[in-house]
Amino acid sequence: MRREDTPEEAAFRQEVRSWLEANAELRSEQLAAPLDHSPEAEARAWEAMKVWQRTKYEGGWAAITWPEAYGGRGGTPIQQMIFNEEQSNFDVPIGFIAASLGMIGPALMRYGSEDQKKYLPAMLRGDEVWCQLFSEPEAGSDLAAVRTRGHVEGDELVINGQKVWTTSANFADKGFIVLRTNPDVPKHDGISFALIDMNQPGVEVRPLVTMRGDRHFNEVFLTDVRTPLDHVVNGIDCGWPVTTFTLMNEGAFIGMTVNSLTTATAMIDSARETGRLEEGVVRQRLGEAYARERVLKQLQDRIKASLLDGRAPDVDGSVLKILTSEWGHERAVTATWLQGAAGMLTGADAPGMGVWQDQVLARGSMAVGGGTLEVHRNGLGERALRLPKEPRFDRDKPFKDLKTSG
Amino acid sequence: MPLEIQEFNLSEERLEFRDTLRRFFEESSPITEVRRVMEGDSTGFAPDLWKVASEELGLAGIAISEDLGGQGFGLKELSIALGEVGRSLAPIPLFASAALAGRVVAAVGGEDADAFLRSIAEGEAATLAWVEAHGDWDPAAVRMEIAEQGAEIRLTGEKQFVVGAHAARRFFVIAREPGSHCDEGMGLFSVEANAEGVAIDAKESFDLTQPLATLRLDGALAKRVGHQGEAAPGIRIGLDEATALLTAEMVGGMQKVLETAVDYAAERHQFSRPIGSFQAIKHKCADLLIDFEGSRTAADAAVMASAEGDPERSLLASVAKSHVGPAGLRMATESGQIQGGVGYTWEYDAHLYYRRALASAVMLGDETMHQERLARLVASRRLEGAAQ
Repeated sequence: MRREDTPEEAAFRQEVRSWLEANAELRSEQLAAPLDHSPEAEARAWEAMKVWQRTKYEGGWAAITWPEAYGGRGGTPIQQMIFNEEQSNFDVPIGFIAASLGMIGPALMRYGSEDQKKYLPAMLRGDEVWCQLFSEPEAGSDLAAVRTRGHVEGDELVINGQKVWTTSANFADKGFIVLRTNPDVPKHDGISFALIDMNQPGVEVRPLVTMRGDRHFNEVFLTDVRTPLDHVVNGIDCGWPVTTFTLMNEGAFIGMTVNSLTTATAMIDSARETGRLEEGVVRQRLGEAYARERVLKQLQDRIKASLLDGRAPDVDGSVLKILTSEWGHERAVTATWLQGAAGMLTGADAPGMGVWQDQVLARGSMAVGGGTLEVHRNGLGERALRLPKEPRFDRDKPFKDLKTSG
Repeated sequence: MPLEIQEFNLSEERLEFRDTLRRFFEESSPITEVRRVMEGDSTGFAPDLWKVASEELGLAGIAISEDLGGQGFGLKELSIALGEVGRSLAPIPLFASAALAGRVVAAVGGEDADAFLRSIAEGEAATLAWVEAHGDWDPAAVRMEIAEQGAEIRLTGEKQFVVGAHAARRFFVIAREPGSHCDEGMGLFSVEANAEGVAIDAKESFDLTQPLATLRLDGALAKRVGHQGEAAPGIRIGLDEATALLTAEMVGGMQKVLETAVDYAAERHQFSRPIGSFQAIKHKCADLLIDFEGSRTAADAAVMASAEGDPERSLLASVAKSHVGPAGLRMATESGQIQGGVGYTWEYDAHLYYRRALASAVMLGDETMHQERLARLVASRRLEGAAQ
């Protein structure tokens, strides 16, 4: 299904490759040391990510599909796809910045005022990194239940409340926040979407340590945090459409980076080296992992093919999200099983510097982050299969009269 | 409004072709007709339907070139037709004749291959008989040896699990030179169904709409296809192509299973709501869709690789077969569960699809066989890569 590059695309690919070769190193086949999740290592990784973003910006690659007016290249989704494919062969620090750009950038271009759009170039340069202040202790899957309050004082919005699971809030310069500006109307009608400065008194960030040992998300406490009224996107109480638009930007799955250290092929290599490939059950489980990897790639190619034809993706993004998460975890568990007793070790003492153990522990961020697998299954049922929604009790009542667990 | 699944990777022309076939099978082979054949005798064959399908629609020779009397289309078109057979459970030997026999004969070649393909295109159904009592799908496991008497070749022994046997006018039998092993000495031989020493035993089959048979040969006269000692590569290519095409047929049935379950979940009310509004059922439906999307994507990739002679043809056939088999069985199981009590009555069609899903998951190798093959193929490819 994946067609060959056209001559123009091939030329573009060559241009990308030459630039990457001049500016980055190819990925290595082996980890030299275990993955380091210490705060110091994460701070270094953050700086490296900003530097790489800046390098890409200067090369004109920071956002290929964005208009030139905002610092983009004015290119096509196909060109972005080609760039992502080529970039995945190089050892470059992407990840959070790309995800954050992919979420807030399109939302600002679609709903932002001209003044708000002035943030876009600094975002692309990596000078100002943005975090997404959405989830709260009482608003997880039910995001429209946010309680963080915003009230207007003169020409400012004053914000009080708590956010949680905020990725990289400890490093971010700016944030986009979903908050309640009117509790007297049904919940979706009293929500605003605002841009705030993270470097101000009243913003207190406390990292949360995941079971994997990383600190990539945080609790954020907001006490009398202020932002100008003209930093509200799409108007007071009109933030819900902006929020759902932001969540729908699932472009992250396209051209997703595949880490060559954690593929089924790497598992087959190591089983061959240890002699375990002689066991039928080993061949079966590795064959299954390999087949799943290819099927996932074929599904991604289908999305790419729709982009190439200028159509909406013809396979629902939630299918990919669920399979990436479930199969990714099962593959990592199979890899540790393949290590036998050594699978009980981790870090430098485990085979391959514990890269598979690290993958096993990354399950939560795949299966919960970006919407739980259950929320995605609801989406598939209701969106793709048009099944009726659950009866709801929160559509027409004022937000302040709704039941909560807290 | 019933759920309608959008096709993917189909041009306008191919979509039109699919629509024509869907209407044809809905009108000419509704499930009542499928059941009539199923309950009538043990042949699993509707000769009149096959006559119309092959003579008027040209399905028997769809992937055979025009100068041999076929339609001159490719494996993608054949896969579309097989998908509609899988959807309707139509009792015709399209898979046995066009996919299994047709592809193996075409790949083995030789001076008689054209005449055999011409006859397949004309609707004279054929099938492939190779598996023996040991149940191993690998042609290297064939033990039947040929007996040469002067210029004549004769075959004696049994071939098991033959699909489309009662419709076949001709059997293509895999046998070997006396004393040979594995691929060396493997050969393909044609045997006329009405020849002396040929008998067919119908088997009581789990898949009621596609019964299997045993082919008993007792000194039956056989004719070699292709050249002596050169048949093995063609046999393997043909079987890989047939495997890819089988997954396309399976996906046709899975689409019907998905639509039936989701339509039922949307219409059936309990506790004053459609049961599809309950997450317990909605999530099952979502899982059906996930299995379906992965399967049809893998089947399409395998068929396209075969159609284009891609070097990854074998690999992608095994990716598809190992994935689609268990997915199809899960879908048929859960679709039946969503339909509750009626889902396991004789009268409802769910069990017919369940039976087909189980049999097709085994046919041409189950998932463990294909997973093992994948691991070996990838390992040897890595070794070759390292050697270069």
